[in-house]
Amino acid sequence: MSFLEGFAQGIVLLGSVLGVVAYLTWFERKFSGRLQSRIGPYWVGRPHGWLQPIADGLKLLAKEDLIPLKADRLLFNLAPVWVVVISFLGFAFLTFTSNWVLVNIDLGLLYFSAFGSLIVVGVFVAGWSSNNKYALISALRTAAQMVAYEIPLVLSLLVPAVLVGSLDFKDIVEAQKGGWFVFFPFVGQVSILVFLLSALAEGNRIPFDLPEAESELVAGFSVEYSGMKFAYFYLGEYVHLLAVSLLTSILFLGGPDGPLFQGGVWVAIKTLAVFVGILWIRWSFLRLRIDQMMLLNWKFLTPLGLLNLLIAGLWASLNYNP
Amino acid sequence: MEERVVEREFGELALNMGPQHPSTHGVFRLQLHLRGETIVKVVPHIGYLHRGVEKLSETLDYDMLPPVYERDDYLSPTSNSLAFVLAVERLAEIEVPRRASYLRIVVAELQRIASHLVWLGTFGLDLGGALGGGATLFLYCFRERERILDLMESLTGTRFHTNMNQIGGVRYDVYPGFDKEVIETLSYIENRVGEYREALDANPVFLERTKGIGIVPPWLAREVGASGPVLRGSGIKYDLRKNKPYLSYPEFEFGVPVGKEGDVYDRYSVRVEEIVESIRIVRQAIEGLPEGPIHSRKPLKSATLLKPPKKDVYVAVESPRGELGMYVVSDGSSKPYRVKVRSPSFSNIALIPHILPGHLVADAVAILGSLDPVFGDVDR
Repeated sequence: MSFLEGFAQGIVLLGSVLGVVAYLTWFERKFSGRLQSRIGPYWVGRPHGWLQPIADGLKLLAKEDLIPLKADRLLFNLAPVWVVVISFLGFAFLTFTSNWVLVNIDLGLLYFSAFGSLIVVGVFVAGWSSNNKYALISALRTAAQMVAYEIPLVLSLLVPAVLVGSLDFKDIVEAQKGGWFVFFPFVGQVSILVFLLSALAEGNRIPFDLPEAESELVAGFSVEYSGMKFAYFYLGEYVHLLAVSLLTSILFLGGPDGPLFQGGVWVAIKTLAVFVGILWIRWSFLRLRIDQMMLLNWKFLTPLGLLNLLIAGLWASLNYNP
Repeated sequence: MEERVVEREFGELALNMGPQHPSTHGVFRLQLHLRGETIVKVVPHIGYLHRGVEKLSETLDYDMLPPVYERDDYLSPTSNSLAFVLAVERLAEIEVPRRASYLRIVVAELQRIASHLVWLGTFGLDLGGALGGGATLFLYCFRERERILDLMESLTGTRFHTNMNQIGGVRYDVYPGFDKEVIETLSYIENRVGEYREALDANPVFLERTKGIGIVPPWLAREVGASGPVLRGSGIKYDLRKNKPYLSYPEFEFGVPVGKEGDVYDRYSVRVEEIVESIRIVRQAIEGLPEGPIHSRKPLKSATLLKPPKKDVYVAVESPRGELGMYVVSDGSSKPYRVKVRSPSFSNIALIPHILPGHLVADAVAILGSLDPVFGDVDR
């Protein structure tokens, strides 16, 4: 792959992810509207509000950009950029069909989780540099929560890797041709459960959206941000969410494997299904408290993830035939 | 010694929660002193919504005042005007026809249901945020409440500030077919509230967030003069409709739900059960509605005609928030000499400095929500 070719592919990926994310926000608003016996957006781009994401983007671009007088200007401006860039970088290693992946390395899973865990830096810096007490509390919560939930997340990600014996997404997808990992007795179900719960916590989604917690901390780390910088956080959150849905479909749901359609179509269908599941949880659950959330992690998810990994490892070593 | 060093190095974080904050239920400021996220001291500040209703009363005739008092507690307007009207009626010794008394009960209890539905919805917002499951509960509750407001509109022409209560009776009589609509709406709401109760009681996150939080021991509730669901949540069976009956309440059969622990969950369950009890009362009132006049002073010739004798009187009613009392002093003229409102929200939020310390910030929101303060009622 030449440099130009790679560059072009990167642009295509960036553009399509942006477009998908924009319309995922539209989809979420419509979906939550239906769930709450509302209509959701419908005025801009009637009759279904098709143009709402574009109108929102334009509005955010046109808004005044306020920086608090005593904020740390450099960090304040850098934090949203960091969050967006890191969220997008993770995508480069994901495989979309069985043969299309932007950066093809055999350590894809490791790189993906490494980039995922860097987001916390941006969120923490945003909360710190805003010079606002709500943002500060939120930053501290973020640090505690995201670092803690990193552990069960990685533990559950490791299960497919151990079963396959590779960190390459392509190998993992290939190995699921015979049977998806979600149907793998016990180990598969437990790891998808642990993965989804800790991914929700990583992505600041209800019931774990404590860094944002607008009924307590108003808007948490993004309380002082306005206009496009605020949109960056929002964008980062949705990109992360999309990545989580995509990753679930690749690691546990067989990725492009499926009858009738092309591989890409199956990936899209599965990703959307996981996304809808996450939305459904968001719009029907209340929020946990910070201590309850940490207890859930340290007393339930982490031990369960460890046990699960142990069983997966035992199974893999018993069936080891090079 | 160790403790003091920590304090000097890190100190406490003073956080002003409000007056502009999504979950202070109006304009209320809580000065929280935090250590980490734990609250060590709370100073509540009120007065942001003071409108001077009591002073205003001294410049208006008696018959002009019930609508003014409806603006006081803006989630249950009728109980405010009811308290005032009852006070003036006792002052001037005016008899109220039985049919009027029944109609007053119908409207008051319907508004109690509406008020508790608003409370349940906003409590969802407190616990789950406006961008999640809380908003779903909120919108469901408001959808049910809308049915009651529709009933009010068809009965009185106004959705909310109904102007139903007048000194001497009620302003509007029911029209044919109203009873059917009420019964229909009530069974609809009964079903839905039962559903929400089931869903919430089976929700582990909801139980985690409410059980054992913000415990109000009975002695403390008595000490600060708490009333209504807050007092009953702590296990004290005190309801003015039973203990100091007014209107025709003794003729109805209804229970007074009480809690055990006095925590947030108990206050929630007392309110939800009160919705069911109110539905029972309205059903009985609609079925047994007596015939007769609805007003004993009509036609009113002039607002200045009512001149109660020189006397003072205190009358209290059970509003959705608790004991709402009106102390009215008359100097023999057509305007009250002095009106003092004993508002339930004011006494209930006096609990805050006692029960918040030791909890986390997130609990502060849940506890404040569970006390159901209305700041129009607190500041008057």
